[in-house]
Amino acid sequence: MSAVILDHITKTYENGKVTAVDDVSLEVSPGELFGLIGPDGAGKTSVFRILTTLLLPEKGTASVLGFDCVKNYREIRNRVGYMPGRFSLYQDLTVAENLHFFATLFGTTIEENYTLIKDIYEQIKPFSNRRAGKLSGGMKQKLALCCALIHKPEVLFLDEPTTGVDVVSRKEFWAMLQQLKQQGITIMVSTPYMDEAVLCERIALIQAGRIMSVDTPEKIIDTFPAQLFAVKAADIYRLLTDLRNDPATESCYTFGEYLHITFRGHPDTNPQQLQEWLEQRGHRNVAVKQIRATIEDSFIRLMNEA
Amino acid sequence: MAEKVIECRELTKQFGDFIAVNKISFDVMKGEIFGFLGANGAGKTTAMRILCGLSYPSSGTAAVAGFDVYKQQESIKRNIGYMSQKFSLYENLTVTENIEFFGGVYGLPMQEIRRRSNDLIRTLGLTAEAKKLVGALPLGWKQKLAFSVAIFHRPRIVFLDEPTGGVDPVTRRQFWDMIYEAAASGITIFVTTHYMDEAEYCNRVTVMVDGKVEALDTPARLKQQYQADNMDEVFYRLARGAKRSAD
Ligand SMILES: Nc1ncnc2c1ncn2[C@@H]1O[C@H](COP(=O)(O)OP(=O)(O)OP(=O)(O)O)[C@@H](O)[C@H]1O
Ligand SMILES: [Mg+2]
Repeated sequence: MSAVILDHITKTYENGKVTAVDDVSLEVSPGELFGLIGPDGAGKTSVFRILTTLLLPEKGTASVLGFDCVKNYREIRNRVGYMPGRFSLYQDLTVAENLHFFATLFGTTIEENYTLIKDIYEQIKPFSNRRAGKLSGGMKQKLALCCALIHKPEVLFLDEPTTGVDVVSRKEFWAMLQQLKQQGITIMVSTPYMDEAVLCERIALIQAGRIMSVDTPEKIIDTFPAQLFAVKAADIYRLLTDLRNDPATESCYTFGEYLHITFRGHPDTNPQQLQEWLEQRGHRNVAVKQIRATIEDSFIRLMNEA
Repeated sequence: MAEKVIECRELTKQFGDFIAVNKISFDVMKGEIFGFLGANGAGKTTAMRILCGLSYPSSGTAAVAGFDVYKQQESIKRNIGYMSQKFSLYENLTVTENIEFFGGVYGLPMQEIRRRSNDLIRTLGLTAEAKKLVGALPLGWKQKLAFSVAIFHRPRIVFLDEPTGGVDPVTRRQFWDMIYEAAASGITIFVTTHYMDEAEYCNRVTVMVDGKVEALDTPARLKQQYQADNMDEVFYRLARGAKRSAD
């Protein structure tokens, strides 16, 4: 039996004028680490809120651990952990008090499940007497995660848990998710960081409330249909403008110190030609390489096609 | 010689006996895109709030747009724009109302506000949303609007505290297009981010560790210095040395 099932779920707002979730169906297996990836406003949060029984769908059915999200909401609430994207802590309670509060709420103690949260909690523990409202943005995220985990849920719903979290802590955070997964906890997570999307076993790309594809990150990357080049030059902004204004360019966007570019037609462009062509146009220190797409490229392409 | 728009010397902020910002010194030049990086709790927001005239330092000196952070907070506020990490727009006002409100705060005449406001709504492609509550907009749109509002009064410097936090890859890039446009028009950009590809888009980058500025240079030179392929690695090397056990 799947841990999470969405069966033709639809949810609209403003008397049906805005469709947030549009006939979405998907299943998450027990113990799976599943990513929900999509642009802002794609409907990810609505999906989380339906699954955590905080929002009623208009059409379709949803279930978690075999319990119906509408009829059996009590059973679900005790068995899942939810970290909403927006800040969910009590600002006037201290770090320790917040954690204690959430443990008590679910009839457990901090000690009982401490091993689950240890790695993350140790980082904010020196500040356990500080009020949550006075923590830095990323520290709040870490505390919120600990609070969502403290009752050892069977399914964990994480809505952009690492937004505002620094690079080093994000790596630790994902290592922790892998550990939780090893303990059999099912995890459904959304993230705007594409380097995190590839760490999921499967991801659903969602846009405007609809699922565009559900697959392993590898398979999604494999379907990238065009030749992709990474290019840089001394004056990267002139390069960007030049390339964007060129009719042969299909897409061109910044990617760290490089630009990523695809062309219309020209199926046999090779890096050498491209380099010469750019040098002829007066660009200096040109470097060109043909690369394999990353999930971020796939995502950008999908969003721009729609 | 480029003009200095921020001069910061030994700037320090203490909360009780906790030193959040520890003697930081640097200069920022006019028109520069200055990236302010650091681990969670490193002190970025705290330092930025002082430079924006929103809180007083405990010691040290700093001048922003030529104004003193102790004595001339009001002048600083009039000459800068600020997009905070948490709050930057009123969720329960419409798009137009937000623009007009913030324009009014900076004392622009109503006619001017209306004219610029219409232009802005058009360039942002928000015509259909102009009368919608800001709270109903997707995050990326809100952030683009908040940025436009922060530079609406044509400040000399704009401070952006994690403006793209949680924003998707496509919208993030559109946001950076706007940053570049503003920088090209002579506005100095002071920006924090946890996206390391964005660090590459800055002219110079600082990395704060435990309240101190541990590194300050162009991304290219930092990568060279730390023998790293990308800014991710640079950040890793520096932040791993953090002593403050809180992240
Ligand atoms: N008013 C306050 N009282 C006590 N401590 C505070 C206060 N404001 C900030 N701090 C502490 O100062 C340190 C620096 O916080 P700051 O918000 O500047 O970090 P940051 O670098 O912006 O982090 P993030 O990347 O998570 O936003 C943190 O340990 C924070 O808890
Ligand atoms: Mg901050």
